[in-house]
Amino acid sequence: MPILENRFEENVVFSTVDEMINWCRLSSIWPMTFGLACCAIEMMAVGAGQYDLDRFGAGAFRATPRQSDLMIVAGTVTYKMAIRIKRLYEQMPEPKFVMALGVCASAGGPYYEHGYHVLKGVDKIIPVDIYVPGCPPRPEALFDGLLKLQEKIRHQKVLRRLTPQEKSVIDETTRKYELETQKLAPLPKEYQA
Amino acid sequence: MQIQELFEALKKRFGDQVLELATPASGEPSVTVSAAAVQDVALFCREDSSLEFDQLMCLSGVDYPPEHLAVVYHMHSSTKHHRLILKAMVPREDPKLPTVSRVWRTANWHEREAYDLFGIVFTGHANLRRILLPQDWVGYPLRKDYVFPTEYRGIKCHD
Repeated sequence: MPILENRFEENVVFSTVDEMINWCRLSSIWPMTFGLACCAIEMMAVGAGQYDLDRFGAGAFRATPRQSDLMIVAGTVTYKMAIRIKRLYEQMPEPKFVMALGVCASAGGPYYEHGYHVLKGVDKIIPVDIYVPGCPPRPEALFDGLLKLQEKIRHQKVLRRLTPQEKSVIDETTRKYELETQKLAPLPKEYQA
Repeated sequence: MQIQELFEALKKRFGDQVLELATPASGEPSVTVSAAAVQDVALFCREDSSLEFDQLMCLSGVDYPPEHLAVVYHMHSSTKHHRLILKAMVPREDPKLPTVSRVWRTANWHEREAYDLFGIVFTGHANLRRILLPQDWVGYPLRKDYVFPTEYRGIKCHD
C-alpha cells in the first residue's frame, strides 16, 4: 500500500474481541461446492469473473464440508437428497451457516403442491440463516443474501456473556426450531410461561 | 416405409400377436402388439432388412385406469428414415412383459424408470431396481391412483 506506507506513527486500534472475530469470520466465508438444480448455475455465475464472489471474501468454494462455513442450498431438494444434505450439514464444523437459494430450497417452490418427491423447504431438516427468493434468483440476489449474512455474522456474540434479554431471544428461537424439526414434546403446562 | 406397410409387414410375420393399427386424427399412428410378443417384435423390427429400426428413441409407461398399464416404444431407423410407435397393454394387477434391453441397450435405464414410476415389471431385465427414487420408496408415483406419502424417513412431507 504505497499511499499509506510509512506515513503514520506506530499505533493501536481499539475494538472488542467480538467485533474482531466477527470481522474475520464474515470476511472469509467459505462456501461448500455443491449445487442441486438450475439455481446452481446462477451460483456458478456468481463465482465466475463477471460477478466475482471473491470480492466479498466468499469465493473459496471448498470441495468438502469439513472446510466450509456456508452451505448454499442451490436448487430443488428431493427426499433422496435431503438425507445426504443433512449429513453434509452435520459434517460442517461450527460456526456454520446455511443459505436457501431460490424458492425450491426455501419452501418447495413450484413443486409445493404436486411434487411427491420434493422436500418443502430445506428448513425442515436443517436450520436456515438466509432465504433468497427467486426462480432462480439473479446473481445480485445471491449477493444481497451474502451481504445480509455478513451483517448477521457482524452482530453475533462470540465471547461476551449474553444479556438476559438476548439469551431469551436465542433460547426461544432454538426451542422453536427443535419443536418443529425434532418433534419434541411441548413443555408441560406448569413450566410454560 | 409408410405406416400401413410397416403394419402389414408386422402382421405378416406375427399374425394375431399384432393387434391393431391406430391412426388418430391428431398425433402419430401406433401399432398395438400383445405384451408377450414384445421382445420378438422388437428384435424383428431391428433385424429385418426392410425395417432396420436401429434406434429406440423412447420407452415410456402410461397408466390407463382402471384396468391397464401400457408401455410405448418409439423406434427410428437411421438407414431407412422411417419411424414406428409400438404399444403393449398389460393388466394393472400383474403388469409384466418381456424386456427389450437386450434388443436395444438404451432400453435398460428406460425400463428401470418405467418400473420405478409405474411398477411395470420387465421380465429378463438384468438389473431391475429403482433408478430415480430411493430404494426404500413406497408406491409408484406416476400411477393415477398414487397416494402421496405423509412422511419419508421421519421427514414430514406436508405442513
